[in-house]
Amino acid sequence: MEWILSALILIGAGFTLVGSIGLAKLPDFFTRLHGPTKATTLGVGAILIASALYFSTRQEGISLHELLITLFLFITAPVSAHLMAKAAIHLKTRMLKRTQGTPDFKNNQN
Amino acid sequence: MAQTQQKSRWLPHPILSLALWLIWLLLNNTFAPGHMVLGAVLAIVIPMLTAGFWQERVCVRAPGTLAKYFLVVLWDILIANVVVAKLILSPNRKLQPGFFVIDLDARHPLAISLLANTISLTPGTVSCDVSPDQKQLLVHALHLEDEAATIHDIKTRYEAPLNKVLPPC
Repeated sequence: MEWILSALILIGAGFTLVGSIGLAKLPDFFTRLHGPTKATTLGVGAILIASALYFSTRQEGISLHELLITLFLFITAPVSAHLMAKAAIHLKTRMLKRTQGTPDFKNNQN
Repeated sequence: MAQTQQKSRWLPHPILSLALWLIWLLLNNTFAPGHMVLGAVLAIVIPMLTAGFWQERVCVRAPGTLAKYFLVVLWDILIANVVVAKLILSPNRKLQPGFFVIDLDARHPLAISLLANTISLTPGTVSCDVSPDQKQLLVHALHLEDEAATIHDIKTRYEAPLNKVLPPC
């Protein structure tokens, strides 16, 4: 049991670290957006599963409110990413020269 | 299965009520009878008070497809996390970020927002904007190798089941 928990926490920490590294080193705003969405999904997910397992086995009764944290994160993280991306497009934030495509819809007229 | 339910006065949004009740029990981390009753009262009162914000009708079809959809999304999150972790740790100059536009088949607003949410949750893609007529979705990808294949993946893996679960009604 301890091994599973340790592995889960390490996986979670590892992915959160990679997400933060991405936030620091990626070249432009839009690519940097991808870091946090990663860290919240698998990183926090793995840590929360570990927490739920630990408190379910160590204490009487099962502990499930970690599920709620996951649920709320899964709802809020994409929304905030979406809003930031929308704002960045509106402000015409600098982006990598080699970015393919443009942040426009094909038929804007309708 | 044809559902000709009319909105009941007490439970205008049964799914919302059920969700609220479950969230209440989870928040308190208990299944004690007292909290079940209190949660039930909240689950009835809150949708009634906020009915003005819930204009669209939501009718969920094919719950089996919905369950399968969640499993597929969880699995894809797992896979995509590893892929993007590799991308982040590799040199920046190898990245080929790009924007692309998906023509939406889904018409239900909830289906579109769920699709946009899913796209943002699966690492590597972030949904950036919906066209004003809600027929196109603008997506940014961290590493775009084959635009047509990516769009095809998103449409078959995510949009098709969502459209089945939440048809326009």
